[in-house]
Amino acid sequence: MYDGGKIIIGLIIGIGLFLSPFFYNAGKAAKAPDPQLTEKAKEAQVCVGTKEYMRESHFSLLDEWRHTAVRDGERYYTAYNGKKYYKSLQVTCMDCHSNKTKFCDQCHNYLDVDPYCWDCHIVPEEKK
Amino acid sequence: MGVDRREFLKIAGYATLFGLGGKAAIDILAPGELEASMEGIPLTQGKRWSMVLDMRKCLKQQEAGKDGCKECIIACHREHNVPDWGNPMHAIKWIWQDKYEHVFPDTPNQFIDEGVRHKPFILMCNHCFNPPCVRVCPTQATFKRDDGIVSMDMHRCIGCRFCMAACPYGSRSFNWGDPRKAPKELNPDYPTNPAYPERSMGVVEKCNFCVELVAKGEFPACVQACDKIKVNALNFGDLDAPESNVRKLLREHYTIRRKPALGTEPNLFYII
Ligand code: SF4
Ligand code: SF4
Repeated sequence: MYDGGKIIIGLIIGIGLFLSPFFYNAGKAAKAPDPQLTEKAKEAQVCVGTKEYMRESHFSLLDEWRHTAVRDGERYYTAYNGKKYYKSLQVTCMDCHSNKTKFCDQCHNYLDVDPYCWDCHIVPEEKK
Repeated sequence: MGVDRREFLKIAGYATLFGLGGKAAIDILAPGELEASMEGIPLTQGKRWSMVLDMRKCLKQQEAGKDGCKECIIACHREHNVPDWGNPMHAIKWIWQDKYEHVFPDTPNQFIDEGVRHKPFILMCNHCFNPPCVRVCPTQATFKRDDGIVSMDMHRCIGCRFCMAACPYGSRSFNWGDPRKAPKELNPDYPTNPAYPERSMGVVEKCNFCVELVAKGEFPACVQACDKIKVNALNFGDLDAPESNVRKLLREHYTIRRKPALGTEPNLFYII
């Protein structure tokens, strides 16, 4: 093999570079998302869906809400427990979950999703 | 009908020339069918929201004040977070004013009645019964609701501005910039309504006949504002109900609509 040594050194450097992020981050676990409930949310005890459903599928629910509210003019939602809610991210969801950075952003940042809801919908002001 | 090859190629050629395809191309042969296909958008039945604007009352109020009256415009733009860009080229208009001659371009003449000449009329989307903006929207972001309101689903608008080209009334505005970046000096308390969303750069917007208020059983913001100062020039009601306020006004007064010859069937009527 011509220049075998050089090739192998090159390969080692290449693989090393490729793996460098793993070494760099080794031992440091990414901060697990830690969504916080506001006092108001805690007091309410129930959301528009069960905790499991909201955790896994809140985006499907929001998608359904926006479609039925905007296009079909059905603006009220009957929850699993029979309670009626006004279908609105900005007015209903954010009323309890008024802490976007400590609630929504926790998981969205962790999972690197960037929903464009906030391009138009107004985020409640948060106390620092 | 019999079409030979030569004729077919001719039609195909013309169709390409005029940028038509499929059904429209065939319609060149059968003009009657074209009209029939124009009814393609389901014309909704039932309720039909409309507005009768009593311009006699409105103009009287405008002349009473020093700077005219802008109550309805202020109320609407506050309700819907419509920013002031301070630049007519970027203006977002849901409800605005223009001279009589511009509003009804087919009617004026040299010797027109002083009562309307150059007078500022109130304009907004006509919520046309036959809305051309809905026909052209490629994403169905603009659509007609069952109650006749021509509404927009901002989530779907791709900003192609076909609707702006289609609307013969200039009822639509394009967001050239992010509304949140509108000059702060002109919009100190923007957003003015925390219960209503803003828009993003690159979408089109227009009057929505206050669907969000109508859903709650309230009158549109402009109507409420006009009623609040006891002018009551704006009358919102259901054209489909024979005994409604608007039907009564239409029965008792001579009214005009903007560019009726276009066949868009505006649902805004002006008493002059
Ligand atoms: S006035 Fe213009 S925007 Fe409004 S419904 Fe008619 S065509 Fe559409
Ligand atoms: S600009 Fe938006 S609403 Fe207008 S035609 Fe295009 S997608 Fe439809």
